[in-house]
Amino acid sequence: MISYIIRRMLYAIPILIGVNVITFVLFFVVNTPDDIARMQLGQKRVTPEAIEKWKADHGYDKPVLWNSDAAAAGKITETIFFENSVRLFVFDFGRSDSGRDISYDISQRMWPSLAITVPSLIIGLLVYITFALTLAFFRATYIDTWGVVLCVVMMSISSMFYIIGGQYLVGKLLHLVPISGYDTGTEAIKFLVLPVLVGLVGSIGSSTRWYRTIFLEEMGKDFVRTARAKGLSETVVLYRHVLRNGLIPILTGVVVILPMLFIGSLITESFFAIPGLGSYTIDAINNQDFAIVRSMVFLGSVLYILGLLLTDISYTIVDPRIRLS
Amino acid sequence: MPVIFLTDGLIFLLLLMVTAFIWYARRHEHLRVPWRQVGRNGMAMSAVVVLLFYIIIGLLDSMHFHPRVETQNSTESRYSNEIISVLDVLLKHLPEQTEKTYSAPFATHAYAMETIDHEDGTRTREYPRLQHGGTHLDDPENRGQDILLKSLPGIAAGLLVWMTISFMIVMVLARNAGVTISGQLRYIVHRQTALPWHTILLTLGAVLVLFVWAFYLSHYYHIFGTDKVGQDVFYQAIKSIRTGLMIGTLTTLVMLPFALMLGVMAGYFRGWVDDIIQYIYTTLNSIPGVLLIAAAILMLEVYMSNHSGDFSSNAHRADLRLFFLCVILGIMSWTGLCRLLRGETMKLREIDYVQAAQAFGVSHVTIMIRHLLPNVMHIVMITIVLDFSALVLAEAVLAYINIGVDPSMSSWGNMINSARLEMAREPVVWWSLSAAFVFMLGLVLAANLFADAVRDAFDPRIREY
Amino acid sequence: MNFLSLVSLAVPVLLLSACEGSLNNPYPDSESDKNIYYDSFEERPRHLDPVASYSANEYVFLGQIYEPPLQYHFLKRPYQLVPLTAREMPEPVYYNADGVILSADAPAEEISQVRYVIRIRPDIHFQPHPAFARDDRGEYRYHSMSPEAINAVHTLDDFEHSATRRLTAADYVYQVKRMVHPRVHSPIAGLMSKYIAGLDELASRLKTANEDNPGEYIDLHDYDFKGARAIDETTFEIVLKQKYPQFIYWLSMYFFSPMPWEADVFYSQAGMSDQNITLDWYPVGTGPFMLTENNPNRRMVLERNPNYRGELYPEEGEEGDAESGLLRDAGRAMPFIDKAVYSLEREAIPTWNKFLQGYYDTSGLVSDSFDQAVRVGSGGEVMLTEEMRARDINLLTAVTTSTFYMGFNMRDDVVGGDSQRARLLRRAVSIAVDYEEFVSIFANGRGKPAQGPLPPGIFGHREGRAGINPYVYDWVDGRAQRKPVAKALELLEQAGYSNGRDVRTGEPLVLYLDSPAAGPGSKANFDWLRKQFRKLNINLVIRATDYNRFQEKMLKGTAQIYTWGWNADYPDPENFMFLLYGPNAKVGSNGENASNYENPEFDRLFNIMKSMPNGEKRQQVIDDMIEIARRDAPWLWGFHPLAYSLHHSWYHNAKPNLMANNTLKYKRIDVPLRNKLRAEWNRPVWTPVIILVLVLLVSLLPAAILYKRRVERSIR
Repeated sequence: MISYIIRRMLYAIPILIGVNVITFVLFFVVNTPDDIARMQLGQKRVTPEAIEKWKADHGYDKPVLWNSDAAAAGKITETIFFENSVRLFVFDFGRSDSGRDISYDISQRMWPSLAITVPSLIIGLLVYITFALTLAFFRATYIDTWGVVLCVVMMSISSMFYIIGGQYLVGKLLHLVPISGYDTGTEAIKFLVLPVLVGLVGSIGSSTRWYRTIFLEEMGKDFVRTARAKGLSETVVLYRHVLRNGLIPILTGVVVILPMLFIGSLITESFFAIPGLGSYTIDAINNQDFAIVRSMVFLGSVLYILGLLLTDISYTIVDPRIRLS
Repeated sequence: MPVIFLTDGLIFLLLLMVTAFIWYARRHEHLRVPWRQVGRNGMAMSAVVVLLFYIIIGLLDSMHFHPRVETQNSTESRYSNEIISVLDVLLKHLPEQTEKTYSAPFATHAYAMETIDHEDGTRTREYPRLQHGGTHLDDPENRGQDILLKSLPGIAAGLLVWMTISFMIVMVLARNAGVTISGQLRYIVHRQTALPWHTILLTLGAVLVLFVWAFYLSHYYHIFGTDKVGQDVFYQAIKSIRTGLMIGTLTTLVMLPFALMLGVMAGYFRGWVDDIIQYIYTTLNSIPGVLLIAAAILMLEVYMSNHSGDFSSNAHRADLRLFFLCVILGIMSWTGLCRLLRGETMKLREIDYVQAAQAFGVSHVTIMIRHLLPNVMHIVMITIVLDFSALVLAEAVLAYINIGVDPSMSSWGNMINSARLEMAREPVVWWSLSAAFVFMLGLVLAANLFADAVRDAFDPRIREY
Repeated sequence: MNFLSLVSLAVPVLLLSACEGSLNNPYPDSESDKNIYYDSFEERPRHLDPVASYSANEYVFLGQIYEPPLQYHFLKRPYQLVPLTAREMPEPVYYNADGVILSADAPAEEISQVRYVIRIRPDIHFQPHPAFARDDRGEYRYHSMSPEAINAVHTLDDFEHSATRRLTAADYVYQVKRMVHPRVHSPIAGLMSKYIAGLDELASRLKTANEDNPGEYIDLHDYDFKGARAIDETTFEIVLKQKYPQFIYWLSMYFFSPMPWEADVFYSQAGMSDQNITLDWYPVGTGPFMLTENNPNRRMVLERNPNYRGELYPEEGEEGDAESGLLRDAGRAMPFIDKAVYSLEREAIPTWNKFLQGYYDTSGLVSDSFDQAVRVGSGGEVMLTEEMRARDINLLTAVTTSTFYMGFNMRDDVVGGDSQRARLLRRAVSIAVDYEEFVSIFANGRGKPAQGPLPPGIFGHREGRAGINPYVYDWVDGRAQRKPVAKALELLEQAGYSNGRDVRTGEPLVLYLDSPAAGPGSKANFDWLRKQFRKLNINLVIRATDYNRFQEKMLKGTAQIYTWGWNADYPDPENFMFLLYGPNAKVGSNGENASNYENPEFDRLFNIMKSMPNGEKRQQVIDDMIEIARRDAPWLWGFHPLAYSLHHSWYHNAKPNLMANNTLKYKRIDVPLRNKLRAEWNRPVWTPVIILVLVLLVSLLPAAILYKRRVERSIR
């Protein structure tokens, strides 16, 4: 087990290097260091000297990938790529182009993101499972049929409509929650209600339908038939057998997204002005803050790989027959 | 003088491929049977009718040309440097009916007050009459009555078109089945046909009547109102169909060769080939998609500004951006299919006939094309239909972050994005959002229903329920 | 399942109803009876270091914190400079090469030195700051901290001690030197080096010093230079190399605010910036407010500076100010509010809605909320709508000292150059692009189509018939009327284009416009622009690019037509005319003349005009210059936006002042009134929710029946 985990972590290293190279190349094809400098220096009266000076101060005056002027190993190490990327592997994100300590910002902005994603996940699971189980219970009746149709309709609606509609209705017309913003502590709750609700309603269609399929699959299995044949009531069968067994694929499916909860949601956060990591990333793209973008991509990749690893491990825990090899 | 945009060419290539595939599927039992099952599903067939309607509009909008310009000396034919599509010719009246700014659906007056100079030198502040919407009315008070009156010929025309088409269909069906037309009609009414023609014809009727009615009324009114610069919203929503279809289909077209080749190769060869391919797709998967798209779009912008001479018109720029968006979405979405194919191929290569072929020394390429590819086709199909609606929806989100299609191109994403601001107006401007909502829901819902039927038919695991 | 989803929707809402007060109040309830001003900001300030900052959204904060020697009078118009920390307005003294004092009207060429002596008030103190804190032995506590100690702090609040110090003339001199500090990026370093004596030489000295000891603190006291010098504790002088009457305006900008050397030492300590503790983040000033919370991800908070000297509210204003209640606080010590909270708002809609709900005290007006708020009267006068008046909201309008224009790149082969053909083409386009319509569609009439580069309120601008651009407008019935499109087509014909085609080659005329605009609004904008050019049968290709790419293009001069704007630094015509001054071209000299317009006569007049005092003579020169520019038409003059702002009835002493940024100190808030109105406007609406719940319960019935039947069946 432990050796497996270690092996997987080692396997992650080339992937992270690959991710780094790709982001790096993409952003340097798009943004020359001059662009970044101009972006950071503002709009009026920016002289070429000021740009040169800024680049020198931020280490952008070196060659991008290959320094032919330097000696020996310096050919590789004295480049923008090397100086900026290698530190990432020890999670030293360095400073953003606007001069802020990225690690500190990430540690601060992680919490609002979690404050939305974690309740969304937990409440979501509860609600979706309840609905799915209800539909499975009423299978082959009009409730199931129309429930599924409603699910399909709801998943055919763009998430943008849910957000715009929710903000308009609940925030503007009914005065029930603040329209947007964020606060710390318990004050945060009133800001979180709407985004969580919108997220919940937005993915109700697809999730319910998916879970319903899982439950129906369980219901078709032999042990459920046996239980029913023994004369157990439908409700008992549903709770004791179907729910318990259906939860396994649902929860292992959730594991893969657990680490990604830190990253937050890009759209929801920027719509509701929540200062989480999602809006951090969007801002960084808009401001062309390369250092932040690179850090967030790296972090995203690490969390993604972590998610894969956790999924593998959770499979072995759930089903001991699967051996990690 | 015809103009073929990159995306136009590709969409017709795709059409060709689909036709070829249908021809191929007809002769292969393992493909024909599940498709028959799809065909028997009434809901799915209604969805197909709606989808076909969207596709026809999309295709009409994909045939572009330079219109001829009238010149004094008729010997020399001159072409305007404007580019329009066949659809534009059909809906010619709509882009011409431009108002100054917002107007509500079926309105006769503008939505905002304006200062008007009267001939006697006085100035008043009032809602001016629209330049095109409802101008045929002498007295705007009679509007409600007029709409009803105008609806009658609209609906009648729709019914007429429907009946003509239905009659032709029934005639063909009757000839194929060797029965009389009235006999065939009876079968259909009593739902005794193999395909649910009853449902199909009803759906067709609903779609046609609705469209012909809307088309007819759009000559007199802005049926979905006008936007900020006075353009007809109905027209925009229709023009957006092509964009939605392109993103949903071209993305697949772009990614398919990679996913197929790499997926099958990884599963078949295993070993270091598998390792490399797995490495590639895990790496690509790890990068947050939005960042990849943002970078690619910015890159394209740089390319276009460096080669501005090559792009003589906005349409070309917008088209290239659309294509590029499809490519980058394709790069991001092939990994899922690739992984599925790899798994399936791994299972298949252990099967005896593949083993036998190997033993006989059949080349790897032949084995992959002859034996493996046809047997993973159902996975490809399910993925394509499932991805379609997700991609159409994704376009709206991308537009919000300004990394969607070109802002000058009509798309539902762009409509929603500008409608966002309109929701804050008081009284609220709701029609752009509603139009985008209705048209988008129509397409995505139909696609989802169709995808469900396809999956049920091809995936034996869930077929039970 | 529909009802269940709605139940889940209602549950959290019902839970919330337990809380007291308005449910949608974005601020803690405990803040409600405090004397706090609420506003929003859209973009994170990049720099709060006054020597590096050069943008309006940063000045919102800097203006309340830092105090340059001069300021604009809050009430008087036209804009007038008055002393802020200075005891009186400084007067320039002119010297010739031999050091002899010259009179003020001496020719500019003879002047080789200008001396400004500024005496500052002795009663000004800095805000409390750890940089000033000393221990019992009189040593600075936090000037040489150990790396461990620095690692333990994350914000300025983590420092236990703080202290203050009296403002001295040396602090101003220190700041002037910082303009060329090698580790600070001052946007005006280049400009000021042209004027302030010895500044460029100081720059190179500091550069060597930095290279010798990279990263070390440079004690600017060791670097004397002739451009700025403290004469005594409260007097300093600035010496210019040439006559530059506009320099006095710069003395009211934050580049010239005082900087205590203690702060520089404090922030320069190794490791400080790794903790995000920098001068860009934590300003230290003498103004009425100090920044106590800097979290640009969410909010910025200014609090009253306890050491503030208490400047008095002005006793006199413009005509009518007394009637509108603007002098009610005359003579009282400022500031009137204790705290100002600025919340981050990226989107216009939530900002506007929160203003209507009373959670922002004041708001600008975007085009989409315009119709809701403002109605233009039959005579063109603006008034508020019923809805706004019912809420007692007030409206203020002002013509901004800025201009939005569309420019031609004069280096372009088709539209540029001095040929008559290109000039006629430019004039034809000038007529065709209907800025009246633009203003009415995109700005709801909140703009004044421009007749030339100078906006109203700047000396040299002319109103009425004398002010119209005769190449584009006719004077009809006492109003400027745009020439008909037929006239433009005629010009185009003369230029050798017929029906959108070049007569000689038969090629269609295609023009390219580069625009840095993007986002939801731009599509409408582009559509409109294309429509304007189509009037002339010209196909306009719009190349929308991001701002960086746009700037690069402008620098290389590869754009053809572009749109841009300019916001005045100071209310002097020189600040606009230099946008067309040849040596100030974008290409080559990276100036602000983005059209790369060059006309020798214009340039000659500019050099005369810039050092003239306002008066009849100057007006004459300006008129001549504008005539040249109109004839050559390097710009479509575009329009001057009007600034509309709304504020609630509890917000007092509001008067638009486009030059001054330090206006927060004048503002007063009536807190009880605000609380009353907020409660009134934000009563939660529960009816729909209750109805929803009822509908759900009813629709649950058939399901319950079905459930019962099914359970019974399985038991049987």
